[in-house]
Amino acid sequence: MAIKVQVTSVIQRAVDGQRELDAEGGTVAELIDNIDMKYPGFRGQVADDSGELHRFVNIYINDEDIRYLSGKDTIVSDGDIISFLPALAGGSAACIG
Amino acid sequence: MTNDNDITGGDIEALTPEEVMRYSRHIIMPQVGSEGQRKLRAAKVLVVGAGGLGGPVALYLTLAGVGTIGITEFDVVDLSNLQRQILHQTSDIDSPKLQSAKESLIAHNPNVNVVEHPMPITSDNAMEIISNYDIVVNGADNFATRYLVNDACYLSKRTLVDGAILLFDGQLTVYKPGMGCYRCLYPDPPPPGLVPSCAEAGVLGAITGIVGSMQATEVFKQILNIGEPMVNRLLLIDALSMQFREMKLRRDPNCPLCGERPTVTELIDYDAFCGSPPIEVPMAAASN
Repeated sequence: MAIKVQVTSVIQRAVDGQRELDAEGGTVAELIDNIDMKYPGFRGQVADDSGELHRFVNIYINDEDIRYLSGKDTIVSDGDIISFLPALAGGSAACIG
Repeated sequence: MTNDNDITGGDIEALTPEEVMRYSRHIIMPQVGSEGQRKLRAAKVLVVGAGGLGGPVALYLTLAGVGTIGITEFDVVDLSNLQRQILHQTSDIDSPKLQSAKESLIAHNPNVNVVEHPMPITSDNAMEIISNYDIVVNGADNFATRYLVNDACYLSKRTLVDGAILLFDGQLTVYKPGMGCYRCLYPDPPPPGLVPSCAEAGVLGAITGIVGSMQATEVFKQILNIGEPMVNRLLLIDALSMQFREMKLRRDPNCPLCGERPTVTELIDYDAFCGSPPIEVPMAAASN
């Protein structure tokens, strides 16, 4: 079952610069594992060493934040679009960058 | 001041003939009219940062006749800013951004009162500065300032129009107190260095205009009390595909700021919270 995955901004670096890719998996966790097998290092962009999802990267199924569903155990279905959305801070160059 | 129907408290003084002519393309629209234009004139809006996002925001607020526009900015103009920061010009390099920002804005519309806040916004001054304004627009480029402005707006019961940019991407949302906040969206900041800045990763200059003018549009909608605000919605802009997507943004009942059992009840040390170094004020700005 191929799920469409959209990757925003800096996480694209972990998937060879792609903004959109297809991935397999029945849950969000499986999806992340399968993407990580193809693109080693992807998991580290979205989760810590213990597998807990980072709280500065949001994951959406279609337009819904998976934190309000079943987190990484949320079931994904054919036709769903999964989006990985890290926090952005760019704006004024007044401070760090 | 925070009444949903009229955040400005109104402005009963009639528009001058010059104002009627200047703002005629707004006034002719029934959603604005003379009353709406007077609301814009009475409005006080704080723009955090006069850089990539703050520039177009402040410019469109100025053109529209928003009466009082405060700007917090302490940096000086750098050559590398000029690829995207529309308030500053080549002749402004090494001068305080606040100076060139004010000059640009007043040149466009001398009716507007531009209030300068030539210092970093910090836990010590944020509440006092924000208390003077009806709405806050965030154009900060670092997580410490984003969490600070978020918390200060919630604690001050001010609406925050938030935008962010990086590479070819933009984000836009509006936080109304009690209806979700930046901490609901991102409970924790990324560790320092994990998410690059615009200086490290790059940013398409023109996307500052897209997101900045959208932020200004949301400010107008708040002041005029029209349309559907971007509350509880997060707009994602992908300039490469020119696709706009919208995600749900919910108030998190476990949010430490606006949740059911808040633990953040006053401003904290945001550099420590974000693990970021304290903001350094450039010499030229510090001496200004």
